Amino acid sequence: MRSFKLLPALVLVGASSVAAQSPTFGLGRTPAPEEVLAWDISISPTGEELPEGSGTAVDGALVYRRSCARCHGAEGVDGRAPRLVKSERGSDEDPWAYGRVLPIRSPYATTVWDYINRGMPLNREGTLTADQVYAITALLLYWNDLVAEDEVMNRETLPLVEMPNADTWAPLPDWAPGQPRWPGYPY
Amino acid sequence: MGAVAPGIGPTPVDAQSVETQSQEMDDYSSPELVAYGKRSPYVTSMRQPVNGRPSPDEFGLVFHIGTPLQDQVGAITPSALHYFGTTRGSFVPHIDPAEHRLMIHGMVDRELIFTMDELKRFPSVTRLHFIECAGNRSNSRHRTIIESHGMTSCAEWTGVLLRTLLEEAGVQDGGEWIIAEGLEEVKGTSSLPTAKAMDDIIVAYAMNGEPLRPQQGFPLRIVVPGFEGILSVKWLRRIKVVDRFYMTYNDYGHLRQDPSDAALSYQIGPKSVITSPSGGQELPGQGFYEVRGLAWSGGGRVSRVEVSTDGGRSWFDADLRGTPQPMAHTAFSFNWTWDGSETVLLSRCIDEIGQIQPTREEVAEFWGRPGVRGQDNSIQPWRVERDGSVHNAIV
Repeated sequence: MRSFKLLPALVLVGASSVAAQSPTFGLGRTPAPEEVLAWDISISPTGEELPEGSGTAVDGALVYRRSCARCHGAEGVDGRAPRLVKSERGSDEDPWAYGRVLPIRSPYATTVWDYINRGMPLNREGTLTADQVYAITALLLYWNDLVAEDEVMNRETLPLVEMPNADTWAPLPDWAPGQPRWPGYPY
Repeated sequence: MGAVAPGIGPTPVDAQSVETQSQEMDDYSSPELVAYGKRSPYVTSMRQPVNGRPSPDEFGLVFHIGTPLQDQVGAITPSALHYFGTTRGSFVPHIDPAEHRLMIHGMVDRELIFTMDELKRFPSVTRLHFIECAGNRSNSRHRTIIESHGMTSCAEWTGVLLRTLLEEAGVQDGGEWIIAEGLEEVKGTSSLPTAKAMDDIIVAYAMNGEPLRPQQGFPLRIVVPGFEGILSVKWLRRIKVVDRFYMTYNDYGHLRQDPSDAALSYQIGPKSVITSPSGGQELPGQGFYEVRGLAWSGGGRVSRVEVSTDGGRSWFDADLRGTPQPMAHTAFSFNWTWDGSETVLLSRCIDEIGQIQPTREEVAEFWGRPGVRGQDNSIQPWRVERDGSVHNAIV
């Protein structure tokens, strides 16, 4: 995994003074650990939150046929839903030229897992098991020439998949109140 | 439109449908309309899908629906006409506010979960803010302002500052980012700097004096003043404080490539547009017109708006309506007497931190390549032809 483009340490005067404060209003309650676990579906670029489970593109082909192909097309290309594969498999085209094709454009493979897990299949979100999400993720990465067909994706291997855009995007903005849109940009 | 700007041709409205509606006149003394009013059937201003993709699409997902800015009067967009946008299309969830919860967790001292009633007990703020989609881009194919600019709207939002809630939870050192998540089918999520969260983000439950409309996030959303609209997460259910940018589905799609650029621009640039006369309208003849428009900036308050009625050769200060609010639409007007000759109308916004709305040519020159990159805040030219017809003058 390549290094993250982290924001240069933000000096948050507000936030650091906040840390020492105690609650003021006494509203709300503390959620149970299980509640937090059930709600927290966010996966970071390094994948710490990824669950146990695994899958390969071979497994994924079966799940895809059953759960995805009807909308996304048999090959992830000609469906009514957005395409999932770069324009020509096997080509080394600039991934920025593909448009918003998730498995090739996102800098981190974890984004692919996260999105399938939270939002797919449409109207049946949350019905896929972790194994199935790993398997479909492996299939999409395989279709986009990023992993081998028999490569096992799990919580250790998935964050290590080197995505073509991992290092090719502009730095994150260092935002502070009252600053212009970009430093040095008058408009 | 007629009531708004008599003399200036209405936006294309189906005259037949107006007539049909008039024949089925509402009974304004009926219990329903006594309890909850509706507009006159003669007022036909309507939103419409923009960006060339149908809404709803074949899955029933709604994508981008624009506000009819050509009919806009004043700074506030009526709630029912507020633009509506989602990244990849969305179903509007039906949420029972009694069942709805907001969880704040992650790098905080005290994880918290709130009911709507509890959130409403916190000290609140009421502020005017625009929300604009980063995809609100004008091009030469657009004929009307709803196509070129319809994905910006402005409402009076009421809610609790996110800062108040984060202080209640106690942000830990290193918690420099938050991720905000909705509960619609894709659980749309955006990453935001905690610096913004501690500044002015509102966890809003009301707009324009009533609860949020479902299309605007009922019962709860965040409003991120001045930032690209996608960051104002609707149907808010969860805020997690984290130590890094999380690269969610919404985030990755907005990344930019050029290292001389920023990955995300966040802030909407200084922007304005003349709403009347605008593309598709007709001036009935030479004579007096009040040129009207809207100006806004993600950088703060609008400090000045200039109008040109001669294609940019001369510029004059427009009158601003009321006191400009930070990151809010500000209505402006300019008295103009049209001599009947062909001309081009322009407006430009200057905000309180000195940013100036550019022409498309200035943007191209700055970046050394044609077109407008990033969020489009370029000056919109409207050409008035001798016959009074008004056209988009972008070439």
